[in-house]
Amino acid sequence: MANMKMQKNPMPEQDPLVRNKNFDEVALGYTAEMAIDEAKRCLNCKNSLCRTGCPVSVRIPEFIAKVAEGDFDAAYDIITSTNSLPAVCGRVCPQEKQCESKCVRGIKGESVGIGRLERFVADYHMAKEDKPAVTVPESNGHKIAVIGSGPAGLTCAGDLRKMGYDVTIFEAFHKAGGVLVYGIPQFRLPKEIVAAEIENLKAMGVVIENNVIIGKSLTVDELFEDGYEAVFIGSGAGLPQFLHIPGENLLGVYSANEFLTRVNLMKAYRDDYDTPIKKFNRVAIVGGGNVAMDAARVAKRLGAEHVYITYRRGKDELPARKEEVEHAEPEEIEFMLLNNPVSIKGDENGHVVGIELQKMELGEPDEKGRRRPVPVEGSNWVLDCDAVVIAIGTSPNPLIRSTTKNLNTTKKGGIEADENGQTSREGVFAGGDAVTGAATVILAMGAGKTGAKSIDKYIKSKKK
Amino acid sequence: MYKVVTKRFLNEAKTICLFEIEAPRVARHAQAGQFVIFRLDEQGERVPVSVAGWDREKGTVTVMVQAAGRTTKMLHTVEEGDYISDFVGPLGKATEMDGLQKVCVVGGGVGCAIAYPIAKEMHKLGIDVTFIAGFRSADIVILKEELKAASDKLIICTDDGSYGEKGFTTQYLQQEIDANIAEGKLQFDRVIAIGPDIMMKFLADVTRPYGIKTIISLDPIMVDGTGMCGGCRVIVGGETKFACVDGPDFDAHEVDFDSLLKRAAFYKDEQDEAAQHICKMTGGKRNG
Repeated sequence: MANMKMQKNPMPEQDPLVRNKNFDEVALGYTAEMAIDEAKRCLNCKNSLCRTGCPVSVRIPEFIAKVAEGDFDAAYDIITSTNSLPAVCGRVCPQEKQCESKCVRGIKGESVGIGRLERFVADYHMAKEDKPAVTVPESNGHKIAVIGSGPAGLTCAGDLRKMGYDVTIFEAFHKAGGVLVYGIPQFRLPKEIVAAEIENLKAMGVVIENNVIIGKSLTVDELFEDGYEAVFIGSGAGLPQFLHIPGENLLGVYSANEFLTRVNLMKAYRDDYDTPIKKFNRVAIVGGGNVAMDAARVAKRLGAEHVYITYRRGKDELPARKEEVEHAEPEEIEFMLLNNPVSIKGDENGHVVGIELQKMELGEPDEKGRRRPVPVEGSNWVLDCDAVVIAIGTSPNPLIRSTTKNLNTTKKGGIEADENGQTSREGVFAGGDAVTGAATVILAMGAGKTGAKSIDKYIKSKKK
Repeated sequence: MYKVVTKRFLNEAKTICLFEIEAPRVARHAQAGQFVIFRLDEQGERVPVSVAGWDREKGTVTVMVQAAGRTTKMLHTVEEGDYISDFVGPLGKATEMDGLQKVCVVGGGVGCAIAYPIAKEMHKLGIDVTFIAGFRSADIVILKEELKAASDKLIICTDDGSYGEKGFTTQYLQQEIDANIAEGKLQFDRVIAIGPDIMMKFLADVTRPYGIKTIISLDPIMVDGTGMCGGCRVIVGGETKFACVDGPDFDAHEVDFDSLLKRAAFYKDEQDEAAQHICKMTGGKRNG
């Protein structure tokens, strides 16, 4: 009998005023009892609309039915038949815009907590001691190169390996995971979880070569010379955008990339790691997306007394996930909405002392339906701060496009690829932020999946 | 992991040390003027260092590193046969040499190690190279023989006159420019200046009145070295550039030295403190 409670089982969380002082994970995860109870809320609809909302087509009602039965191993097998990173997706996917937005239970009341269940199943599997050994698919003798070990690259590599391809991932950083390790903070996605998912892929036979920058250490053309038959580019959107306002080169102005990389990848918050980070007291974040929320919550955990989100539109227009905003607020992140940065102020030593903001009002909706911010004349004021973190987006890195002949790119610098991930060059496929510009982990994973399918089709057509 | 094949101190004072590292991928593409980023171990920071040489057949890359902060001091304790965890590159753009006829390469201190492969490459291409190498004193002079072999004329000077000529590199650069004029010789069509930021600033002042294009190599604070963090921002000709991908070479007459000097000192307190906390028992060796 289905559980007809209108609300999801709430997610156990660390207390906001405790968690804003540590880097431990905020959401603690369901217990087995909670998971079974939540799974019983699923009506197991025949037409399973939820699946259509998932970029990697997880067989949602099937795995949830297994959770309801308490057969978590079977649930895990069902999820991983289409999704190679369930512990990651269960944590960082915007389910409210995807699977859960299609859930019938969401019409009256809350949808089934699909993301939370996915996370539970993945964590259950990870914690299990007597895991069956990972099966290593037999090699079909074809070598494929994947550039970048972020969500797109990992998914593409995992899927190709399952089909029998010999896959090597080339990663520029010393650690695999891309944005999952340098961008998303520990308290939202523990790095041990990412490492475990990557170990899984390695156990399946995926080779990861770190410290190789395609476009510098090696070019795409050389990959073909070295015997790779196809290349998937999943190099992400790593280039930070700046505001181009006065004072942006003052000391204490960071790109969100630098700020987060120092803390997440280089572990500057830990005494036993060498990378330094300054102790700031008043930090102003510029931007209203997920990255801005991450930067704000990191700044708070590093010990800042005041952390401000400055954003030129209103609360309803914040591009961040609602859940991220709801997590940030009780952690005492202060929202300075309808405020647009005009300049950054410094002292005689070049250190940041404040950010000049201009108040905004909301005008007519723009082409995307978001209400356009209109400056209020004469409303400029200065918010005192000793650091500014710019989190207004990123664009694709030019290193690959500038060193690869005949690779067409878009006006925004992304690699041009069709819906199958095919680029303008034969044998070269691309997906994720490298193509679309900054988007979400799950969309990149979807693109990695598509890329793997297209590469398989390409190699098979070549054989004929 | 990357093996240290050779380790050799380059001067009496043991302030600068040569490391030949096994890194075939870097060796395959390295060019003069580029840099690498290394990391000692799991807890280590990413530190950029210029490429001083390479052996494409052997698959090795040479770097010459001065012990300055915590990480470089710890690197100096790494021995032949040891491994460091990361060594990535080559990064940045190679130094431009096309069409040059007569170049003055100026190195200050460890800057000579960075300038050396550039001079060597230019000399090989048949460009007339004058090398001015400046050091504080005799005990820290490096690469005497190598610099001689890589140049048509070599001037080594020390601040205190304890080796070679007495005085600063600016003085000898001025002297060479003046001599070219006085003797009706071809003037330098390029000056390459590599050393402490303040020295490069003054060298830029020397060449400015003559309109001699002067290139400096910058090594600001950076994290990834691929354009991702934006920490290495430098202002050149009023525009913000990233030293890691747009450089490391920039036109000295366009660089905003003021902001460069300030940025370089940003983590000074943290660095000084970190350098004091190197274990005296192990000399900074971790995990072993």
